[in-house]
Amino acid sequence: MMTAPASTTTIDLTQRFPGVVTPDARPGYSGFIVEKDKLVEVATAIRDELGFDLLTAVTGVDYLPENKMEVVYHAYKTTGGPGLVFRVQVPRVDPVEVPSLVHVYPSADLQEREAWDLLGIKFTGHPDLRRILMWEGYEGHPLRKDWQEPFYEEEVKPFKSRWPDGKFFMAEDRNPFKDNLKFPQNFDPEKWIPENDEMLYQSLKRYTVKSEDGMTTDRIVVNMGPQHPSTHGVFRAALTLDGETIVGLKPVVGYLHRNHDKIGERNTFLQNMPFTDRLDYFNSMSNNFGYAITVEKLMKIPVAERAEYIRVIMAELSRIQNHMVFVGMLLNDLGAMYTPALYAFEERELILDIFEAVSGSRMMCNYFRFGGVVRDVPDDVLQKIKDLVFDRLPGKTDEFERLLSENEVLVSRLKGVKVVDAETAVKYGVTGPVLRAAGVPYDLRRADPYSVYDRFDWDVAVRHNGDMYDNYLIRIDEIRQSLRILQQAVKTIPQGPINSQKPQYQVRVPAGESYGRIESPKGELAFYVVSNGKPNPWRYHVRPASFVNITCLEQMCIGTKIADFVALLGMLDIVMGELDR
Amino acid sequence: MENEKLSLPQYDIPEDIQNAVAITTLDRLYNWGRRSSVWPLMFGLACCAIEMIAAQAGRYDMARFGMEVMRPTPRQADMMLVSGTVTKKMVPAIIRLYNQMPEPKYVVAMGACASGGGPFKEGYNVVAGIDKFLPVDVYIPGCPPTPQALIAGMIKLQEKIDKQSIKKAPWYNKKVKEDVNFVPVPVLGPDLMDPRRYEEIKAAAAAKEGA
Repeated sequence: MMTAPASTTTIDLTQRFPGVVTPDARPGYSGFIVEKDKLVEVATAIRDELGFDLLTAVTGVDYLPENKMEVVYHAYKTTGGPGLVFRVQVPRVDPVEVPSLVHVYPSADLQEREAWDLLGIKFTGHPDLRRILMWEGYEGHPLRKDWQEPFYEEEVKPFKSRWPDGKFFMAEDRNPFKDNLKFPQNFDPEKWIPENDEMLYQSLKRYTVKSEDGMTTDRIVVNMGPQHPSTHGVFRAALTLDGETIVGLKPVVGYLHRNHDKIGERNTFLQNMPFTDRLDYFNSMSNNFGYAITVEKLMKIPVAERAEYIRVIMAELSRIQNHMVFVGMLLNDLGAMYTPALYAFEERELILDIFEAVSGSRMMCNYFRFGGVVRDVPDDVLQKIKDLVFDRLPGKTDEFERLLSENEVLVSRLKGVKVVDAETAVKYGVTGPVLRAAGVPYDLRRADPYSVYDRFDWDVAVRHNGDMYDNYLIRIDEIRQSLRILQQAVKTIPQGPINSQKPQYQVRVPAGESYGRIESPKGELAFYVVSNGKPNPWRYHVRPASFVNITCLEQMCIGTKIADFVALLGMLDIVMGELDR
Repeated sequence: MENEKLSLPQYDIPEDIQNAVAITTLDRLYNWGRRSSVWPLMFGLACCAIEMIAAQAGRYDMARFGMEVMRPTPRQADMMLVSGTVTKKMVPAIIRLYNQMPEPKYVVAMGACASGGGPFKEGYNVVAGIDKFLPVDVYIPGCPPTPQALIAGMIKLQEKIDKQSIKKAPWYNKKVKEDVNFVPVPVLGPDLMDPRRYEEIKAAAAAKEGA
């Protein structure tokens, strides 16, 4: 499925903005290039006149040989259909400056901060341009191609120093600091003054103190995390409180930043597959799916018929266990400590058994390959899946509902507590169940179909109130819809080869760019890959659902009580591996 | 533990009171109590934390070995289970948590990342193993370790506890300073700075070639 923009759009824009918008003529690229100075104007036209209301991804690319920096934008319509790619190119001379799109598309907020942090692209007009994944004061912008990490060995893998002879050494021995460290010349650590989050607290001060009845009250800043039992990992939020009402919030992330993009650019295309497992570690199958689709699009290869069905089966099983754990963990956050989670984990184990049987690992499956999957599903495993999706899981879903959906405590705690309304959700780029619970039936399996989802009979789950209770119910709905897809898929799965390609260690990927996206259980998971024809990707970027979804967190929380914050955060279903990468 | 196992065999207990009397050493009794109630810090870093939860859930049920009471506060925890990749940004928080834990305390490095950086070792924000900062008692291999592996690692920790003696334990020794296990909190500078290594960093930075 190519997401090239419709030709009429291109003509419209080039005619509307002559000399400003030019089609991107490089082979393998699509979309068009916008002049830097007119970017905000063009983006406003794209949003208001063409109706591309959802800006999903903002990515920087460092084209070192051409001495250019590029910022790529991917916009879509929430009514479905192909997307629109537009980009800005600026010379690679510091300061690299691009106008910020935060005021047109608020969803660009955190992503622009990420591009500033990792690539050093300054977004002029951004209200709060701080580093996001690394800390303030860190030396350099790691994703620039001329920046080398402390354990730098060679430009790309496989490293010639180790292969083919099999030599090995400790990376520590080759670093002057004997560790994963890098300091400027003549650096003196004793003279260093740490920043201590002053910029963060400064940015929270914009919530001015209002004095009512002549009384001046102070706002309290509360830090939650990174070590907190309810933040689903190492998430930190700095909250400003007025009494117990939240008046301001800044997410602080990066505590699990594992340098996915940088490592991915050294790896060969296939070596990245196991790394995608560790993004959203609940759903390694979905992550594999997204990455495989992206690279297949670039390679223009078909996927074996049987493999398509296996992929759908695995991705949907993954969605079921994710949503079950979501419900269990939500109840944990609400105070029903552990019992619902135990129910969820019971079912999850059965699904993990299937993953282990087909891939060899419970969690980190590394199961997909370009053109298919790595191993076939044996008949006895298929029978196990059938038992699960026809007998066990539908009954267990009913049991979940019977125990929870009508539960008085749960209902009174969840019903009517606003999460987000449809307009705000779209504006801030929220995707996945949270968007659908707000009444926007935007599911990529329908809106931008991939794989064989168009062959099954199923409905996009949608709820309309956008409160916490709907957010809970939609997960149950989606489990049921996934079961419907699974029941059809296991019945109609064809025999045949499981990969359209020969097994190979290194794939040939033609030059070009590719943006592949899937509906992961948490929202839109997309990969942006740029290839220059060599065995390694030139740019490998993950657009995770969790990361973009938390852009909206502040909007969701302002005006609510601090006691609801944990539940609201739970609603977004974030996973730090994916959020921080 | 049953009386027979707790008793030391070299003492003859008259047959008629064998079920009422047990002769043992204080160390054994004390360690038996400690090993059976190791309270881990409820502290998940990454993927491994999910397997840690799975190990506590129905199928594997870590509670059988007496270490299921997760404590979200370090003040009540005995053991820190470093479950996942340790990043430079996170490590000051981890050290602070460790310093807040009361003695006796143990550190278990769960998975490849916590043991030595794992698949992410080459990353610029990754600490290649928590043992660069904390004394680790047990390393559990795997990426992530299966719940069985985690439980096996916990049993190894229990074996270690069994071998300790009150007499030699530093946390009861008045002569040892109170902060025997205190680890200075690293500082986030241009890169991660360990206060114990300031001199070394300064020397290496001065000797560094180029600009």
